[in-house]
Amino acid sequence: MTSDVSSRDGLTDQDRPAGAGVDGPDAGEELPTPAARNAVLRWTLQAFSAVWRPGLLLILLGVGWWVVTAAEMFPAYLVPTPGDVWATLLEDREMLATHTWVTTYETVVGFLLAALIGMVAAVLIVYSPTLEKALYPLILFAQVIPKIAIAPILVVWFGFGPTPKIILAVLIAFFPVVVSGVAGLRSTDPALLDLSSTMGASRWQTFRKIRFPGALPHLLSGLKVAVTLAVVGAVVGEFVGADEGLGYVLLLASGNLNSSLLFADLILMSALGVALFVLVEAAEALLIPWHASRRQAIPMTTTS
Amino acid sequence: MTSETAAEPGEHGSQTVTPTIDVHDLTCTFRSKRQSTTALHDVSLRVGAGEFVTILGPSGCGKSTLLKIIAGLVPPTTGHVDLLGGRVREPQRDIGFAFQRAALLEWRGARANILLQAEMRGMDKHTAAERADRLIELTGLTGFEDALPHELSGGMQQRVALCRALLHEPPVLLMDEPFGALDALTREHMNVEMHRIWRETSTTVVLVTHSIAEAVYLGQRVVVMTPRPGRIERVYDVDLPQQRDYGATMSSTTFETLASEIRAILGASAHNG
Repeated sequence: MTSDVSSRDGLTDQDRPAGAGVDGPDAGEELPTPAARNAVLRWTLQAFSAVWRPGLLLILLGVGWWVVTAAEMFPAYLVPTPGDVWATLLEDREMLATHTWVTTYETVVGFLLAALIGMVAAVLIVYSPTLEKALYPLILFAQVIPKIAIAPILVVWFGFGPTPKIILAVLIAFFPVVVSGVAGLRSTDPALLDLSSTMGASRWQTFRKIRFPGALPHLLSGLKVAVTLAVVGAVVGEFVGADEGLGYVLLLASGNLNSSLLFADLILMSALGVALFVLVEAAEALLIPWHASRRQAIPMTTTS
Repeated sequence: MTSETAAEPGEHGSQTVTPTIDVHDLTCTFRSKRQSTTALHDVSLRVGAGEFVTILGPSGCGKSTLLKIIAGLVPPTTGHVDLLGGRVREPQRDIGFAFQRAALLEWRGARANILLQAEMRGMDKHTAAERADRLIELTGLTGFEDALPHELSGGMQQRVALCRALLHEPPVLLMDEPFGALDALTREHMNVEMHRIWRETSTTVVLVTHSIAEAVYLGQRVVVMTPRPGRIERVYDVDLPQQRDYGATMSSTTFETLASEIRAILGASAHNG
């Protein structure tokens, strides 16, 4: 994801498809097409401007990779060629899809639980000093304990199914949610709280209409970190004891020195993380279009 | 002190609610770990229904604290406040409060920000919408109903905050340096509008400011406070015509005499302090 500054200014003329003007709000002046088509075009341009830079870098890396393998600097069982990996991805697509689905399921459930638990913990911490004193040390403890160290116990307790992976994903992902949630809820303007009490608002009303929406920018930052960590949690869980999932495939491929499968699996893991991250970003764009980090429109200032 | 009793309600006090705000021997001390600060010392003040009182003083004279105690947002150390005939013990609902910062919800448009007042109070939606529209028109916000706070200028944000404070037609409006963050020109403009709105709504207004011009232009009475400890130095009656033209008022002899007298008092206290 690029910032809107670069998407607005970073395009040079040759980067733009022919006929397109600027990708800013005034594109309509140069393109006398119907508004709907215009919007689609603008969206495409924005998506393109967001994707082309990392895309280019990725292609360059791919070329570098290809050069390394083509020059046979390393034996093929250590570093496979991009072609081999691509072939593996195609050949084993059904098997890989099943395992990707398993890891996705564990990650998403773990992330959602982490988000829920993290938000509830943040609310409790902010609203009750007693609970803050009781909860914060425990939460910190849960954060600093190495998750990989707990994984074997979880497998002993919950078996080879998805449960221990989900628990690990929750454990690893909920800390940033708590921290960002607490920061967000504490950032409420004290004047707004005073105002709210002169309006006779209940605690719940104040929370729902003032504190929670105001905490969203912080919270969403935490959720973005959490979703990428949830993938790590699920995969670590699969390493320790599983009979399905991308982590399991990785161990299998490693044991067989099947480097193509290893690389294909890694690519799928990263793609999963990126896809989930993009989903949370999209949620952010929908939930807090008003926030400074999301503003694109030119303010209509007036002198009064 | 010039006028200790409630001022004559005048043509605005058509309601028969008497002393709207009654402040009795208020003292407020804040204790921190290192020291205790007396924000207010023996402050007494009565404000009649429909009156416009301005509280003037340098920073640190406790004028904002006084306003917060009247609103029930801060408990006094000793003394008490009666508001609309009832003792103030908790945050008051029968008031409108406006702050130095507009304190708007960033994610709501101007109109939705104004209507927050109605939502929190559970007011009838239809009535609230009608009043909001009237206030938007009254304050010249027409056309900016859906604009988010960051799309509005400082003056417009303050007007939205003012509309929000007035939506439930409170008998008392408390304003804590509402125009303090605005540039001089916008501020003058807002002063004129504030005066007009007060005349049209017959609300009791207490406005805290550190601008002598603002205090004298707006107030029927100007309460001058001095710091360390915060107390009322003097109260002035302002004898200016009800219909005020800004320029004419500013250059009138009455205004200039009063303003320089107040400036002298504040200057003297600054030297003593």
